[in-house]
Amino acid sequence: MRCVWMVCVLCLAPAVAAILCKPDVTDGYKVRLSIKTALGDDAYEWSKSELFLFRAVLAFAVQRKTNNVNYDVSNILVCDETERVSFWFVVTTPDNTSELLPKLVVENAIRENRHRINSAFLLTDQTLDFVGINPTLAAPIEYDTPPWLIVFGVVMGVVCAGIVALLVSTFLQKKRAKKPSADPVDDEDGSGSIAGNGILCESIGDKDGTYNQGFTDDDRFTKL
Amino acid sequence: MADREAGDTTSEAEGRPKWDNKVQYMLTCIGFAVGLGNVWRFPYLCQIYGGGAFLIPYLVALVFEGLPLLYLELAIGQSLRKGSIGVWNSISPYLGGVGVASMIVSFLVGLFYNTILAWVLWYFFNSFQEPLPWSQCPLDDSQTSYVEECVQGTPVNYFWYRETLNITPDITSSGSLQWWLVLCLATAWSVVYICFIRGIETIGVYVTATFPYLVLTIFLVRALTLPGATDGLEYLFTPKVLINPRVWLDAATQIFFSLSLAFGGLIAFSSYNPKRNDCERDAVLVGCINSATSLFASIPIFAILGFKATTNNNNCFLRYTGCECVCVCVTSVCVLRVCSASGTGLAFIVFTEAVIEMPGSQVWAVLFFVMLFSLGLSSMFGNLEGVLTPLLDLNMVPKWIPKELFTGVICIVSFLVALIFTMGSGNYWLEIFNNYVGSVPLLVIAFFEITAVVLFYGMSRFSDDIKYMTGRRPNWFWKICWMGISPIMLLVVLVAYVIVQGQEHPTYPAWDPGYEQFPDSEVKSYPDWVFAICVLLSAVPVLPIPAVALYRLIRRLTCPDTNKLQATPPPNPYTNSAFV
Repeated sequence: MRCVWMVCVLCLAPAVAAILCKPDVTDGYKVRLSIKTALGDDAYEWSKSELFLFRAVLAFAVQRKTNNVNYDVSNILVCDETERVSFWFVVTTPDNTSELLPKLVVENAIRENRHRINSAFLLTDQTLDFVGINPTLAAPIEYDTPPWLIVFGVVMGVVCAGIVALLVSTFLQKKRAKKPSADPVDDEDGSGSIAGNGILCESIGDKDGTYNQGFTDDDRFTKL
Repeated sequence: MADREAGDTTSEAEGRPKWDNKVQYMLTCIGFAVGLGNVWRFPYLCQIYGGGAFLIPYLVALVFEGLPLLYLELAIGQSLRKGSIGVWNSISPYLGGVGVASMIVSFLVGLFYNTILAWVLWYFFNSFQEPLPWSQCPLDDSQTSYVEECVQGTPVNYFWYRETLNITPDITSSGSLQWWLVLCLATAWSVVYICFIRGIETIGVYVTATFPYLVLTIFLVRALTLPGATDGLEYLFTPKVLINPRVWLDAATQIFFSLSLAFGGLIAFSSYNPKRNDCERDAVLVGCINSATSLFASIPIFAILGFKATTNNNNCFLRYTGCECVCVCVTSVCVLRVCSASGTGLAFIVFTEAVIEMPGSQVWAVLFFVMLFSLGLSSMFGNLEGVLTPLLDLNMVPKWIPKELFTGVICIVSFLVALIFTMGSGNYWLEIFNNYVGSVPLLVIAFFEITAVVLFYGMSRFSDDIKYMTGRRPNWFWKICWMGISPIMLLVVLVAYVIVQGQEHPTYPAWDPGYEQFPDSEVKSYPDWVFAICVLLSAVPVLPIPAVALYRLIRRLTCPDTNKLQATPPPNPYTNSAFV
């Protein structure tokens, strides 16, 4: 009785497996390998051992993703194999072999470990194709500090330093200009500046000598 | 620059700044006149009307409208030696409003003009990256594909509309302040301030006025060696057969705005000149150099556009064999293969795209944006001068506030108000300011300026002044222009402009990723409250003209004793300060 039951189970197991894994299953993925395209003359033959390796690597990826819950090769079910090397696979949970791991978890597991999976088979994102899982594109160069902030910092620093320097020098200039006027100018042939009537000669010299404001076109101002 | 002279007692001669030498004055005026418009508006106009067909109205407008007005402003500033408010107050107290209007327009234009410079700075900062950030699309969150908006448009458009402006789909949603733009705006205003601390005595003007010519020459040489350059030039200069009356309006407005008339800046600059100075020669020189620069700038611009069209075409044929490669542009007119664009569209979209294809893109990008920045900075000097000088002349600033502090306060206030342009909808508002503040008010102010001089000041008195300054009376050509041709031309242009604007309900192109035909811009019309603001922006700067006249009239009628209604009394000719 027991033998019959065991035979039945053994017969059913692949059947159950067959039911769990079929093309277009919701929680499964189709995989396509293009070994000849990738490796050319160095292409290896796809064999049962290679398939075994695939299942093992996938189990590794899923285990890593689910925080080291113990997955076994037997949890990866494969079906619908073709000559051009494509097949479907599903992942069963280790506790309950009839329950499938959700699609999202599988997808994330594969995404995060894509590089390892690719390397195990000497393939690339394009030649080891998980249909439905797009390879992540090469991220553009990421900088810790965006370069434009650095340039901005430099420019702003120079400008602020310049503003401070100019303000300080203007302030000092004004202070120095105020100082000599504090000393009373009593002697005319004093040091440097000559003055008459309390007015420095230079200031008169600077005035536009041809335009004497004391003598101007009167009719502009006094209409007669 | 002469410092305040010791022992001065008269108000007029007290410490009015002077130019170090004639070259500084000329460079400042040229720098003020030559601005962004010479590089990105003139070539576009030249191309849409077709080379020679545009140059003729342009030259006519220059000779009969631009040069007379320019000469008038320089002469009046030099003879009356005051800023814009003081000058018009001196001519007639009823016309003081003209100066106030100039000041308001200068302030408003300065606000948005410096925001454009902030954008230029942002692009400049970003040009130091390899690869250039506008050459590729960024990845989206899932890291598996590029950002949708970028893929539908182009990386260059995405960088401009999303990463720079972060633009909202329409003007009513303001979005928030974009911090990176705030930083760039702060930098722009700081640079303007540092050039102004010492007043007009700056080495800044030597650099900012001459550097663009250097860069344009470099670009000219480089652009002519690029493949497809001749296509672009051919496109620029081929005259179009259609005679479009609109070309006269565009030529007249282009000359007028290009010379930066009616801002009050030119009056301020020439007021720092010595009394005897040949302002006629100055005016003709500045006007001709401005137009020559426009022509000169259009050659490398169109050579590069031709190069861009050729590369686009080649890339297109590499990808899709045998297709009809159509040029897809966003803010421009597309005819044949060469895309022409104007304004920010030319600089930040079309040109940046062309620069990517050139070997050594970073260098060219940096050069281009530094050139744009110095072009704009030299124009900003004039704008700020048009605000500062009248305020200082009006003695509205208490004496104990040093000029540096006052300038700093103006810069900070302008920076704070200009923060509206750093919001999500900032670009839309900037276009509004550009179209409504920088157009009709200037035409009105210029019309009143020329009327004031001809009617109130009197042609004979003005001719006497000019004889004193230049040594000869103005010849019949100038007189005819001032008394007849220019005011009529201004009036016609003003009326035509208002009619053309009034015909169509104002609309604006909006960048809306939700639009079905994205990446084409969706043409939306302004909501009523926005349109009201537009009208306000055109009207408010002009209001002081009647307001001040009315105010003075009322004062005069109510207090007949106080006939002398001036802000500053004319210098008493009988005080002889050499005799104390």
